[in-house]
Amino acid sequence: MGKHGEVWVYAEQEWDTLHDIGVELLSKGRELADVLGVKLAAVLIGSGVKKFSDTLFAHGADKVYVCESSSAEYYDTAKYSKVMCDLIKKHHPEVVLYGASTRGRDLAPRIASALRVGLTADCTDLQIGDFSKDGTDYKNCLYQIRPAFGGNIIATIVTPKTRPQMATVREGVMPTPPEQSGRKGEIIEEHPDLTGVKNITRVLRREKTEKKVNLKGAQVIVSGGYGVGSRENFKLIYDLAGVLGAEVGASRAAVDAGFIEKDHQVGQTGTTVRPKLYIACGISGSVQHRAGMDQSAKIIAINSDPAAPILGIAHYGIIGDLNEIIPMMIEDIKKRRVD
Amino acid sequence: MARYTMVVLVKQVPDTKNITGEAMKEDGTVNRAVLPAIFNPEDLNALEMALQVKEQYGGEVHVISMGPPSAVTVLKEALYRGVDYAHLLSDRKFAGSDTLATSFALKQAVKTKIPDFDIVFCGRQAIDGDTAQVGPQAAEKLGISQLTYVESIELLEENKIKVRKLTENGSEIVETDLPALLTVTDTANEPRPFIVKKLLKYRKAACEFDLPSLRVKYPNFKDVDSLRDHLKSKGLYIEMWGLDDIDADPSQVGFAGSPTMVKKIESITLTGKGFKKVEPNEEEIKEFVAELIEDHTW
Repeated sequence: MGKHGEVWVYAEQEWDTLHDIGVELLSKGRELADVLGVKLAAVLIGSGVKKFSDTLFAHGADKVYVCESSSAEYYDTAKYSKVMCDLIKKHHPEVVLYGASTRGRDLAPRIASALRVGLTADCTDLQIGDFSKDGTDYKNCLYQIRPAFGGNIIATIVTPKTRPQMATVREGVMPTPPEQSGRKGEIIEEHPDLTGVKNITRVLRREKTEKKVNLKGAQVIVSGGYGVGSRENFKLIYDLAGVLGAEVGASRAAVDAGFIEKDHQVGQTGTTVRPKLYIACGISGSVQHRAGMDQSAKIIAINSDPAAPILGIAHYGIIGDLNEIIPMMIEDIKKRRVD
Repeated sequence: MARYTMVVLVKQVPDTKNITGEAMKEDGTVNRAVLPAIFNPEDLNALEMALQVKEQYGGEVHVISMGPPSAVTVLKEALYRGVDYAHLLSDRKFAGSDTLATSFALKQAVKTKIPDFDIVFCGRQAIDGDTAQVGPQAAEKLGISQLTYVESIELLEENKIKVRKLTENGSEIVETDLPALLTVTDTANEPRPFIVKKLLKYRKAACEFDLPSLRVKYPNFKDVDSLRDHLKSKGLYIEMWGLDDIDADPSQVGFAGSPTMVKKIESITLTGKGFKKVEPNEEEIKEFVAELIEDHTW
């Protein structure tokens, strides 16, 4: 081992599927490992999970720690946390990244508490840099960058004194690294000891519900905010989406007001999207909303408030009453289609 | 009938949800001063779940809030909704606590003051930090099971709890032994409004730091001690616990107990790039739509 320990990515898997988030994390993980001059490793926990190693190598991992146990077939906080804590204590990684998924956000804080190390949630960027405090210089710290305070500030957090430095990263924030098929790496098989683990949960039943709303895959999204005014009036948003073949999104304020279901929510606490076209209707544009859509290739904002923050990131702004503007747009689009 | 001792951990937060143009300063940053302090929304769902357990199975509900003295407002709001006891965890030495240090202080409070607890409830996350870390970290420190993203309690038996929790792909029914800690989502329930009778009673509730000014208001009490005794006898005294009251190691709270440090805070400023304004009239919109179609925007 060199001066630093490795950079690790927890590669979440479930239902016999490797989750996208683990692969996404490898792109940033690769960058950090290269800056630090250390190896990038992925960690797999479960039963029959070794087969995912090739995918992880192809996306940038140098090593894969395979922790297989028949009693770790299903995710359990206490068991997975024990496996991860034991592995960290054995190999001393410098950095450990987790997806900010329901699983990652269940597991990572439990591990951080047990190891008494820092953890930063929902990072949108990670960098390596120096930090000074009270006359002490800390070299090569992990800058954990995330929106906070409802997304109205961007905070850079460091954990200079404890190792590993840990963070969860939101899905969709990091690009998926290109696949280099045939790229190989080293598999390290671990044999976790799970006897006597306390506080176990038993999953009695699982229900898989297909998500009706597919915001992540949408090329065009028409989103409505609190300014749409009512649940009934959201029909306008659906109509515009209809002529564009678009998916319908919403701001948190619209969801909270009961205008539309939560699975449509775009933003820091909803879905992060990067479509080719994003039309924000009646959305003032809190930073928490913008954090979830500002990577869209083209943004159109329709708003009656000329001071609405959304206009600050929009490529086109139409200031006026959406009840008049949207029907005009629908008509024009229909006409052009016929032509 | 089983009786459960329940603890709900709640936080007072700035209302960061509905930041409109009015809350934005001219330089494009947020004017925090205009944001009201509110009961963290998902903590209300956690509170509601605890109150429903009490109604269905019997038991008592304690609420603890860690924060500055102003957090007594959310404690009173919990009393207005029907909790049995409210406690403020407040000490200058807690200032600067990150999620790890916060979970340590909360653990100490629960362990020392309510050691026979069965269930701890937390909101899934707070809207100021959105970290969702304090719940799982408190569970680890208490040495109990955690059930996160809980939408409903399906069944409570003597020493077992069965819940429905949300996952990315749907939901699952999970069982574990008590004691356990639950983090509750906003889809779980509709938090109840204030109960008028409770409101009339507990609006007079007070904490230690309120006593000097209350004493001036009610001069018939000969001193602060007799006022305190009076409030206690009426169930209107909100206890405040500091570092020493919960027997906490000072090196594990506040800045000393927090491995994370803030290196930099940047307020978001809005910068528009290549912005084009379209007038809301038929002609301009027609032209605009044509331009979008010609650009093969979609």
